[in-house]
Amino acid sequence: MHSSPWKRGLVAAAGALAGTGGFWLVFAIYAAHQPLLALGALALLCAGLYVYLSRAAIAWRYLFPGVVGMLLFVAFPLVYTMWIGFTNYSSTHLLSQARVKAYLLEQTVPDEDHSLQFTLHPDGDKLRVLLAPHDAAASAVRFVSPPLKLQGDDAQVATMAALPADQALVPALAVRDTLAHRDALMKLQLKMPDGRVLGYAGVHEFGPSAAVWKANADGSLTRLDDNKTYAPNDAEGFYVAADGDRLQPGYKVAVGFANYARMLADREFRGPFVSIFVWTVAFAALSVAFSLAVGCTLAVLLNWEALRFRTLYRTLLFLPYAVPGFISILVFKGLFNQNFGEINGILNAVFGIKPAWFADPMLARTMMLVVNTWLGYPYFLVLCTGLLKAIPVDLYEASAIAGARPLTNFFRITAPLIVKPLSPLIISAFAFNFNNFVLVSLLTNGRPDFLNTKIPAGTTDILVSYTYRIAFLDSGQNFGLAAAISTVIFFLVALLSFANLRVAARNAARR
Amino acid sequence: MAIVTGKNQRWRVLGAHAFLIVLLVLTLFPLAAVISISLRPGNFANGSLIPREISLEHWKLALGFDVTTADGLVMHPPFPVLRWLWNSVKVATIASALIVAFSTTAAYAFARLRFAFKMPILNSMLLLQMFPPVLALVAIYAIFETIGNYVPALGLETHGGLIVAYLGGVATHIWTIRGYFETIPVEIEECAKVDGASHFQAFFRVLLPMAVPILMVVFVLAFVGTIIEYPVASILLREESNLTLAVGSKYYLADQKYLWGDFAAAAVLSGLPITAVFLAAQRWIVSGLTAGGVKE
Repeated sequence: MHSSPWKRGLVAAAGALAGTGGFWLVFAIYAAHQPLLALGALALLCAGLYVYLSRAAIAWRYLFPGVVGMLLFVAFPLVYTMWIGFTNYSSTHLLSQARVKAYLLEQTVPDEDHSLQFTLHPDGDKLRVLLAPHDAAASAVRFVSPPLKLQGDDAQVATMAALPADQALVPALAVRDTLAHRDALMKLQLKMPDGRVLGYAGVHEFGPSAAVWKANADGSLTRLDDNKTYAPNDAEGFYVAADGDRLQPGYKVAVGFANYARMLADREFRGPFVSIFVWTVAFAALSVAFSLAVGCTLAVLLNWEALRFRTLYRTLLFLPYAVPGFISILVFKGLFNQNFGEINGILNAVFGIKPAWFADPMLARTMMLVVNTWLGYPYFLVLCTGLLKAIPVDLYEASAIAGARPLTNFFRITAPLIVKPLSPLIISAFAFNFNNFVLVSLLTNGRPDFLNTKIPAGTTDILVSYTYRIAFLDSGQNFGLAAAISTVIFFLVALLSFANLRVAARNAARR
Repeated sequence: MAIVTGKNQRWRVLGAHAFLIVLLVLTLFPLAAVISISLRPGNFANGSLIPREISLEHWKLALGFDVTTADGLVMHPPFPVLRWLWNSVKVATIASALIVAFSTTAAYAFARLRFAFKMPILNSMLLLQMFPPVLALVAIYAIFETIGNYVPALGLETHGGLIVAYLGGVATHIWTIRGYFETIPVEIEECAKVDGASHFQAFFRVLLPMAVPILMVVFVLAFVGTIIEYPVASILLREESNLTLAVGSKYYLADQKYLWGDFAAAAVLSGLPITAVFLAAQRWIVSGLTAGGVKE
């Protein structure tokens, strides 16, 4: 079978197009002064072209998209997060040093000493701008623009020419009518015959603008109006003056283990960090324990043949797993609401109490565990049901002859037989709950908060939700610190995965 | 079963039923309550769980209609729920289609082709998948901010970017499809190759048609997985009209503006289709769950 020349041509054209587009993108990135990024993109592009053009890499033609997807969006973010953990990347240190320098050098102030007064003069349906010195002596040279359309959002540049002294213009617009053109005037630049460019500088004035900063040969910057010099300080990530004054914004620098040192050494930070860590472990362990207990009990009960309606029970009890998590968690958030929630409505009617589920730390933690057990037990119900089916019935027949009661059956026969295949799944369930960001984020958002902490931290926060808070919410967007905490979690997850693989391998070997 | 039953067997059965019914009530209470609340007038609890009067105001608002109250006030829908549902379905459909395409081709390579470091590559992909994206949100945010500088259609605040972000999660699907491919005898493809088919033709015309069931399964799994995804979507999308359902729903229950009844209607409206898909796919999802536990 040979594909038609049409098809081949089409494939070749698509390939050429993709290649050209790729190279254009690489060039655009390089032109934006991101050489490392451009190099990465180029490497990826070349790998792609090699894979799809060479006959040597047939297997990789099939692997390439999936592997690239994983490298770019799973592996690279992990490595990049670890790198960010060693920097001071945050909302006050957002840009690279080069970008901060460029930003500062672009700053200008209007130069009021050299500004000129302007008036607008109608010319047909267009307008001409007339510039004159402030003290309007009759002899002073005046400059006039060609007729302009002062509308729309586009920036315009007009070339000014000297107005002959004897030429008269239509009378100027009143101030109110001039103001109507303000938006267009602000985007207008006037090029003077001597090469200066004037910009809008006030209701009556156009003037040149002067740079605020001057770059020095040694990399420092001098403020022109007070001649104060700021030198880059790479330890702090700021431009710093001799008297210690720091210039905003700061820039991104590597800070070594500073973020990690903060976790261990900074007392104000360590307090909430340690309690969040402890709660994360407790939350994950208790969630798994409760879900496992409920799920496994139900599985054993529903495996009992004397019971009727077992399929109906099983289907209904599986429902929590089928409802999308983000909906059921929010439903619980509403049901637990202190004043309007149905749960407090019932508690109030029966016991006359209205617990503050979201304001009291212990109650909030209890609520989290209740909700997570509701969400988690169907998983274990399904798992245990599958495992129970594999247990030979004659074991129970033998125990019945020996006169064993149901509890003895469970602890002597059932539990020992299912615990081994369950253990890797228990570990992964623990790892899942260790990082159960969705539950915390949607149910309590970490609140109620600890009092007196420098960085807001919640009593129901777990490590991931705490890093999310540090990075994206109320604490000054400290990406570096958040990434450092994430790196710590990576190692814990890696440890759990390793334990998981070991247990699974051991089980497989014993089989 | 030939087990002799004791005298107290009847009491045990009754006790078991009682226990199951209590648990059933606890389990179903939130689901039943939310349906009842969606039909109850007003956004605040009135004490009765079974609504005394049925009102469709929340449902009308959820479906995007204005509601005029008895005293002449016109209420506008607080949030574009249908728009969010559409965003979610769009992102999940496109992302799952691409995930199926990428993982099928990769699974073919792992199941049928020979290349260096085959098992190490597959194992490291599976290992990488154990690190949930929620741990790398800072990096993901920074990456998409950078991408947006050069390819605006894939930057922050775009559905294209979100779809691309989901394409990393292919390892487990590759594993599933590879397992299925290995149950199909390789001889069929070899015959096709003897007849002159290329690698790609043997894969696309011969193997794929036989693997349609597993592709459907993986599509549904990926669809459910992406439609309920919250962390990545919550950092990439911020504008109200852009949100997916998973990100948008929480705004109903903001502290300042607590729209309990409106939320209930929106939750039932948007949750039902997803739940239905999940229940329909339950058989496969369950077999996927237990696959790790009981290896044959």
